[in-house]
Amino acid sequence: MDFLSYLPFTLPHPALLLAGVLEGMVLAAVLALTALGLSIVFGIMRVVNVAHGEFYMLGAVLAWFVTHTVTGTVGGPPWLGFAVALIVAPLIVAAIAAATDWLVLKRLDYDPEATIVATIGILYILQQLALTFYGPDARPVEAPFDFRVQTPYFGYSGYKLCVIGAAIVLMLIVWLVLTRTKIGLVMRATQYDRETAQAFGIPVDKVYAGVFALGAGLAAIGAVLIVPIQQAHYLMGGDPLLLSFIVVILGGLGSLKGTLVAAIFIGLSDGIISTLYEPTLAKILATLLVAMVLVFRPQGLFGARAA
Amino acid sequence: MIRSILLHGIVIAALIGLEPVLSEYHHGNLARIMVLAAYATGYNILFGYTGLLSLGHAMFFAAGMYGCALMIRLAEWSVGAAFVMGMICALIAGIVVGLLALRTIGVGFMIVTLMFAEAGYLTILYFNEYTRGDEGFTIAQSVRAIGNLDLSDTTTRYFAALTLFSVCLMASAALVQSKAGRVLVAIRENEDRVRMLGFDPFRYKLLALVLSAVMAGAAGAAYAVLFGYAGASFAAVPYSIFPLLWVLLGGPGTTLGPLLGTVLMFYLVDYASGTIMPGLASLVETQFGIEAPGLASAYLLLVGVALVLLVLFAPKGLLGTLRARVVPWLP
Repeated sequence: MDFLSYLPFTLPHPALLLAGVLEGMVLAAVLALTALGLSIVFGIMRVVNVAHGEFYMLGAVLAWFVTHTVTGTVGGPPWLGFAVALIVAPLIVAAIAAATDWLVLKRLDYDPEATIVATIGILYILQQLALTFYGPDARPVEAPFDFRVQTPYFGYSGYKLCVIGAAIVLMLIVWLVLTRTKIGLVMRATQYDRETAQAFGIPVDKVYAGVFALGAGLAAIGAVLIVPIQQAHYLMGGDPLLLSFIVVILGGLGSLKGTLVAAIFIGLSDGIISTLYEPTLAKILATLLVAMVLVFRPQGLFGARAA
Repeated sequence: MIRSILLHGIVIAALIGLEPVLSEYHHGNLARIMVLAAYATGYNILFGYTGLLSLGHAMFFAAGMYGCALMIRLAEWSVGAAFVMGMICALIAGIVVGLLALRTIGVGFMIVTLMFAEAGYLTILYFNEYTRGDEGFTIAQSVRAIGNLDLSDTTTRYFAALTLFSVCLMASAALVQSKAGRVLVAIRENEDRVRMLGFDPFRYKLLALVLSAVMAGAAGAAYAVLFGYAGASFAAVPYSIFPLLWVLLGGPGTTLGPLLGTVLMFYLVDYASGTIMPGLASLVETQFGIEAPGLASAYLLLVGVALVLLVLFAPKGLLGTLRARVVPWLP
């Protein structure tokens, strides 16, 4: 057994540690966006969307198609391709999600267990359609700009820092929409009591479709942001799904603050751990941690619902 | 009761009768199907009869598979002893997971079992020095024998698979006719009322989960021995979803549903990836000019479509619908 050597008894070089922290911040930023989508969907609709990771994957794959078309066929510059992708890909993903809600979830009357089985089915449909039309290869998307932030010790990609900034801005916007606007009020009313909301003339069906689209769209934005760093691949939805679950379960649902804190915590520790140590072991511990939280603190998450 | 025994007898007799007439190809398929149907039968006890939807049964299948295969590979145990070891591993996994996961209900139970199975899968990858991870390892033909019985011989293999399936089928049929089985169904229908009547639902649910896990483990161990291979893909998420799909298709809460669902899905996937998908791929390419390079290998697409359609339009599955409409006595 040599796993003791993986334990952080000796601290690595400070520059390496800082690089690990920055990588962790990038991951945390994208993870927070993705997990926020999952959290909003569960918080308002009480739907555990197992296909959430596939909406993320779809965002990345569509970003490749869009940038490829803009830079290749049309002959535009990389920044234009990326800018178009950042708008178009999440919109398409949101439209697909709204259609899924209307075609499948609504017809199941949002029964919690049936929707989980259905979203597992949707997971495979989306993933395999991506395999069908996009193929099994991982493909890179060019970053919209390329500059390095130089410090006395090491240089760091300016794009990665912008990802962190963009994620913070987006989350602020979501928070403002949820807490300060009429749309947010309607969403929270639906979350609080679906039937009473309906009785007060709130179009609950539309709210649900919109919330599901918003959740998927957030995952897609996260994916478009990450795709110049990680390549787009049809199986890339697995990890963000797992990590989003961890974040959402640890952070407590419907709680934006909890989701953010958990995303930063998990993103940082995962970033640092997988930069410096054995990632499989970290994942094993994280999944077991989630299981234990659900077993021993179910009121944090699913406890409100009776079987 | 008589009708039920007769029906199960006929099914098993039919499977015996099929053996000499099957072509070599279908012969091998059916052996595989019967092992997987034993797995599905175990899953059905928990999902179909007790109403507990697990998303992590692959961990029990894999516990049986690796418990057995690693003993043969590393400790050079005989097949019989290793098979028992596989079942013991699944039993222990079932008890541990049951004691923890059964504290949760509904969606919580689904996620907890999913997480435990994921941890199990990653553990197999982590110890790839012994398990050889995703790549897996084969078990030499020479050691796949019990006494003089060569389990790699197709006829022997067929009857070994049939024996396993029959035992699981009889056990599940006997269970659901028994008092304990009726309590399980009652828990599925209304757990609070069962508690009010003085039963302890937790003990019965644990019993169902452990039985289900042991059957899954026996199927996993048998798979390793009969087909000579163990790999981490059997512990991954799809192998937790497959039994759910097979049982949903055949009919949750029917004794023969798991077999029917496994047969249909196996041949649907087989036929689709051999004929329909490549044909469709070339059709899409010639008719619409869209390249679909991955369509031929996208058999999981069918799994997804089948899951969504079943949940939407036939949640009782084939035999469940048949029971509701035509033959009410169907076990």
